[in-house]
Amino acid sequence: MTTNSCCPPPEKTTVCCPPEPGADPSCPPTPEPGACCADLGDDRPGYKLWPFVCAWLDCPAGQVPQVATHLTAADITGRWQMRWGLGRSRYSIAPGLYAVGTPSSSSPVLVTANYKMTFDMLRRDMHGHDAWLLVLDTRGINVWCAAGKGTFGTDELVRQVRRARLQEVVDHRTLIVPQLGAPGIAAHKVVKACGFKVVYGPVRSSDLPRFLESGQKAAPDMRRVNFDFIDRLVLTPVELVNMRRQILWSTLILLILGGIGPEIFSFSAAWIRGSAALASGLLGVVTGAVFVPALLPWLPARSFAVKGAIAGLATGFLATMLFSSSLDWLNALALLMAVAAISSWCSMHFTGSTTFTSPSGVEKEMRQAIPAQAAALLVGGVSWLAGAF
Amino acid sequence: MPSLRYLENVVTLQFDVEKCIGCGMCSVVCPHGVFAIENRKARIVARDACIECGACAGNCPVEALTVKAGVGCASAIIHGWLTGGEPNCDCGGSC
Repeated sequence: MTTNSCCPPPEKTTVCCPPEPGADPSCPPTPEPGACCADLGDDRPGYKLWPFVCAWLDCPAGQVPQVATHLTAADITGRWQMRWGLGRSRYSIAPGLYAVGTPSSSSPVLVTANYKMTFDMLRRDMHGHDAWLLVLDTRGINVWCAAGKGTFGTDELVRQVRRARLQEVVDHRTLIVPQLGAPGIAAHKVVKACGFKVVYGPVRSSDLPRFLESGQKAAPDMRRVNFDFIDRLVLTPVELVNMRRQILWSTLILLILGGIGPEIFSFSAAWIRGSAALASGLLGVVTGAVFVPALLPWLPARSFAVKGAIAGLATGFLATMLFSSSLDWLNALALLMAVAAISSWCSMHFTGSTTFTSPSGVEKEMRQAIPAQAAALLVGGVSWLAGAF
Repeated sequence: MPSLRYLENVVTLQFDVEKCIGCGMCSVVCPHGVFAIENRKARIVARDACIECGACAGNCPVEALTVKAGVGCASAIIHGWLTGGEPNCDCGGSC
């Protein structure tokens, strides 16, 4: 336990921050970080205390950090950074046992991942409830993806149950596992390995209070995955940011190729034709990575590549109409083909962000779409270069 | 809103009704309502909604279900093609 970053601080800290009986179970964090606890020694060499830890609870298996149920500005900034792919590639907390409210030996145990955004949403949604949170080491990945990779899995769950000495902390033998963790967990193997029975909870943590109040029964709507407009839109910024390297290289190549023409190479042509080509490419990226995800259910066809191509042809056509005075037919063709191909490619990559695609289906559409996308890009590129002469 | 449905007749989900004991775990864990329990046996009622996540097969205590599970993600599949290994999305926290 001593090597773990969430290990208990020195004994004396508990005298300062124990939850008072009858106190607000939401456990407000100290106004200034460390205003009370840190002075008495919460800071330990090599460790940094998360601001969401507001007290330490004594329980038979050691001290457990009690976490706040409301998010601070730093939590929200961190979430935005993740959504926009800015500045951090890992956003994780130490695995192990945490507490919300003042749980007792009969309080439920909720299993989750150590992606901080997941953990933040769980503790926020558990406001006003008492529960144990058992955080698995998923390398900072959310429950569903980690379950698909197997890091949110039977072995890790059993390991954390033993490590937290959960059988000494609670007197029941039930673990509430989020339903989207089920791809990684075999409930019948967990009970065999550690004696704890797995009950699959709702898909969304916001349904947990309703689930717990109804005797750990999930209504059918809690079991289904939705993927509405907002769900799709929040995923688009990170798609764009992840493409920054390709966009940078394409810019360089387009500026160089743009200069090729009757005068062999012209810097003014490189600038004018290169930036026009770059704008076409970006139109393809925005169409495929923002418009298609947003308009997903309304676009015809089921294949993402086809949806992207249709949307790309539409926005490409609008662009050729807008600039019809300055585009000859070769350049117009180039624009149309490039926007459609790039949009199709970007849309195809949105499959990984959705909740309803199967690997067999994605592989099938890719085998058909990639040759078509390459052909369209080639036709577009050749007619663009030919359009200079 | 029109419902989001993916390609038809592609999934690798297989169900052996003889082995099924009707425990209902498949219908509990499935995020897309693929199964229904009728007369103490599971039945596939929405095959094309299956995303091959593998939750049903992993939680079936009698191995009545099999599926080639994986992630429906283009980047992961390209990664698999390039490395010759299993599809694996190496993206950050958001996927």
